[in-house]
Amino acid sequence: MRLDMHMSCVAAGSSGPALFLCHPVISCGVIQFSKILRVKMQNETVKRMATLSVTEDCEQLRKAFAGWGTNEGLIISILAHRNAAQIKSIRQTYAQTYGEDLLKDLNKELSNDFERVVLLWTLDPAERDAFLANEATKRWTSSNQVLVEIACTRTSQQLLLAKQAYHARFKRSLEEDVAYHTSGDFRKLLVPLVGTYRYEGEEVNMTLAKSEAKILHEKISEKAYNHEDVIRILATRSKAQINATLNHYKNEFGNDINKDLKTDPKDEFLAILRATVKCLTRPEKYFEKVLRLAINKRGTDEGALTRVVTTRAEIDMKIIKEEYHKRNSVTLDHAIGKDTTGDYEKMLLALIGHGDA
Amino acid sequence: MALSHEFQALTKSFSGFGVDEKSMISILGKWHQDDRKSYRKGCPQFFTQDDRLFEKWDDRHVAFLKHEFLRLKNAVVLWTMHPWERDARLMKEALVKGPQAYAVIIEVASTRSSEQLLGARRAYHSLFDHSIEEDVAYHINDSCRKLLVGLVSSYRYEGPKVNEEIAKSEAKTLFAAIKNADKKNPIEDEEVVRILTTRSKPHLKAIFKHYKEINGKNIDEDLDDELSLDETMQCLCTPQTYFSKVLGAAFQNDADEHAKEALTRVIVTRADDDMKEIKEEYQKKYGVSLSKKIEDAVNGNYKDFLLTLIARGE
Repeated sequence: MRLDMHMSCVAAGSSGPALFLCHPVISCGVIQFSKILRVKMQNETVKRMATLSVTEDCEQLRKAFAGWGTNEGLIISILAHRNAAQIKSIRQTYAQTYGEDLLKDLNKELSNDFERVVLLWTLDPAERDAFLANEATKRWTSSNQVLVEIACTRTSQQLLLAKQAYHARFKRSLEEDVAYHTSGDFRKLLVPLVGTYRYEGEEVNMTLAKSEAKILHEKISEKAYNHEDVIRILATRSKAQINATLNHYKNEFGNDINKDLKTDPKDEFLAILRATVKCLTRPEKYFEKVLRLAINKRGTDEGALTRVVTTRAEIDMKIIKEEYHKRNSVTLDHAIGKDTTGDYEKMLLALIGHGDA
Repeated sequence: MALSHEFQALTKSFSGFGVDEKSMISILGKWHQDDRKSYRKGCPQFFTQDDRLFEKWDDRHVAFLKHEFLRLKNAVVLWTMHPWERDARLMKEALVKGPQAYAVIIEVASTRSSEQLLGARRAYHSLFDHSIEEDVAYHINDSCRKLLVGLVSSYRYEGPKVNEEIAKSEAKTLFAAIKNADKKNPIEDEEVVRILTTRSKPHLKAIFKHYKEINGKNIDEDLDDELSLDETMQCLCTPQTYFSKVLGAAFQNDADEHAKEALTRVIVTRADDDMKEIKEEYQKKYGVSLSKKIEDAVNGNYKDFLLTLIARGE
């Protein structure tokens, strides 16, 4: 799967639209820096240390491409242990030093699953989401889940950055592509989900929670799963409000809403609704399930595995690993080790260990 | 003894847009009790003779005066406000007022740039602890809900790139939906809503152009019956046309408070953006300059404030 990236605005270090908006401060990045500090020299300032190590990273990566074949181990040992902000510096410095785009060089040198995981990881989180979302709009219905995942597990700010990256890269809005490539009930649900800019406060209106739980129950009992109000509630309410509503739903009506949405296991729309609910309320459980199904599937679903690992490595991989261990009695590391091989396996394992460094 | 021209001047200062503070001070301020009594007796449109032998202010006119006195204050407060807070408050107010005011939501959501609308949505979070889309979806239950939710949620691509083939095909889609209006209300047509709420403005302008080529008429002429759609299309493609129309309506003799408020709203919200184009469009449409119209129809400090706003940058 070739990823054709147009990154010249990154390479030039220009302030191109959207790609350089705030990155989350990653505490593990600070830990990486201090490790390098301790290991290398003692009395340099952090700033100089940071510049030196970025230059070194670029040299090493360049070396990894030199000659016949590629030193994948070296690529993993560098890129898997850098956070988004550091990778951005590396890309800029690489472009300035060698006049070439790191992503293009990676693209040339690597292949298949390994390539995809490295390339996805090297992308800025917002660009990554934009890329995955765009890919999802071009495929068939099984990719609607990816759109739900991106729209519902990201924070409002992360989703906004993804949309800005989408404008910059694809010269269209995410909403227009999702609307154009979906139809019927899926469009009714997905367009509002990607279009929303949810309120992120913790305030909850209990009266509203009760009345909206009642509406949901009513519509579900009538099998009116695509009803405007069901979609309105899931697509526009804040996550805190939705949590309160669904808690009330369970208290009042006895079942988890997803249990009531399981009436027809083959119905794809119901599956997407359930995914929406899960992503909004228990993302770590949602991701655990995606990983479990990807690994247990005959032949492994590398697409899903790569996607979850690269998009959650810096976010909540630790919690997802705990969920995985709880649910499957083996660690995620063990499961990935058994199910994948070679450089692909090494990169995945390095990434899921990322947050623990 | 008060003169009849003073009566006239004072009456004028109590009518129309805004109040003429100077006349009130120079005329009314100096009148004695008897002069004021004569005025009350001589002004049946404002005062009625009560059975208990006094001239009573007409309640409705007092309410009218309240609006007129407040015009300057409202304009000043709105003008000083951050544009994001301004747009958030305008949309909230419109939502609370009900269907008659929904056009304001369309106006704000469609004439602002993507970044301006995003800012307004952020401000809305801070001011009202909800997202604008959740409030619009919750409070609006009629046929325009889908359109309005889509419009306030939009985050349009702002670059110039347009796919002409798709624009052409979407112009045909819109044409078909409009022709089918008697069977299905176009405002509830999925494709119409999709196109109007997600496509970029340059793309919509291309659709406008292709529509005219296919059909011979401008799409907003064909949409005349579908008020919200017509306004949406105008706001998205030719906002100056829309704004000059709204201004024209504000000056009508039978304009209600809602129409008159638009004078403040349009001038304050567009003074930094496309006021020049709006003035040109107004002149073209009504044959008189906007400044002259304001000079004639508006009173006092409110008039001066508006004229100052629209004269900036000249």
